[in-house]
Amino acid sequence: MSVMEYNGGSVIAMVGKDCVAIASDLRLGNQALGITSNFQRVFPVTNRLYIGLPGLGTDVTTLRERFRYRVNMYTIKEERDIQPETFAHLVSSTLYEHRFGPYFIEPVIAGLSKAPSGGFKPFIAATDLIGCLNFAKDFVVAGTASAKLFGVAEGLWEPDLEPEDLFETISQTLLNAVDRDAFSGWGAVVHVITKDQVVTRTLKGRMD
Amino acid sequence: METSFALTGKGYVIIAADTTAARSIVKMKVDEDKIKELSSHLLMSYSGEPGDTIQFAEYVERNIRLYQIRNLYPLRPAAAAAWIRRSLAESLRSRHPYSVNLLLGGYDIADHKPNLYWIDYLGTVVELPFAAHGYGSYFALSLLDRYHNPEASLEEGLATLKRCIEEVAKRLIVSPDRFKVKVVDKDGTREVEL
Repeated sequence: MSVMEYNGGSVIAMVGKDCVAIASDLRLGNQALGITSNFQRVFPVTNRLYIGLPGLGTDVTTLRERFRYRVNMYTIKEERDIQPETFAHLVSSTLYEHRFGPYFIEPVIAGLSKAPSGGFKPFIAATDLIGCLNFAKDFVVAGTASAKLFGVAEGLWEPDLEPEDLFETISQTLLNAVDRDAFSGWGAVVHVITKDQVVTRTLKGRMD
Repeated sequence: METSFALTGKGYVIIAADTTAARSIVKMKVDEDKIKELSSHLLMSYSGEPGDTIQFAEYVERNIRLYQIRNLYPLRPAAAAAWIRRSLAESLRSRHPYSVNLLLGGYDIADHKPNLYWIDYLGTVVELPFAAHGYGSYFALSLLDRYHNPEASLEEGLATLKRCIEEVAKRLIVSPDRFKVKVVDKDGTREVEL
């Protein structure tokens, strides 16, 4: 029995053309026993930045509260929204503070960062449970279905997808990957972040 | 084995817990009340490591009461769940964590909605229409998937609960024989006989 697989759940983030998407399944279980099909593990940080927290259920809630507090303090102090790059390092250092007694979470971050030209640049990143950052140009995955997500994403993802196509790609990737994982699934939620809006859709999935 | 169930219906939450206090293979007591009335509209069932359960339940009970005395209004169910969760999550990473599993049922007198929270010893909290802890959950949850109705009257809710108890009695090897059942609705908490 591993703590990382105790509650189940997976998250994926993908880069598109001037947009990013982050998606997660909605299952929370006790090993093989399903408890709920409506457990949110992706949370907004700012209007253009989201974080997904797959891993141990209790730490999902604890870290969500911790990041909310630290981002609020940052926003008050700096009088501006936190940028994705900065937030990624905040996540990393928060996790590394607990190097020898970690939170059992592998965060996935997706957002749009302000470019010097005034436009927005897609940003995705993931870390392991002690905060080792992984910046990727295409997609990042985490959770109990991560191996399957890698496979499907590798096959479906292509560069410069428009928001609607990115939504289709990330949805199909997630739904098909979690169908091969007993600890993930039971519905999904997808957020597509563009420069002027975030579109959130809840997907039906197989209930077995 | 320790088992507890809870389900919501139209304007109420029912919580049921078995009444046995066991030590190894011996039943020490058959009329133990494992559901605490935390405030006028809040119920909490507890199970887990003997000793920890009562110690933690009383700690919660007194802190919820203290809040009410200090502020002249009680904590709403969601706030109580968040406070209890934090206590458990902090305890988890301490020298001696409490191993207590809870079902928290409350009627929110501000928005007139019944709330049910499933909480385990790790500090995992989920809001649910129905929930169970212990070996009974393996039988009851699938039954509740089929028969639970969020719009059911109290009589229908109690009938559904009875099905769960009967199923556990039928299929679980060491099934508890008696359950204590409590209800919380707009009029507050009360015990009901099945």
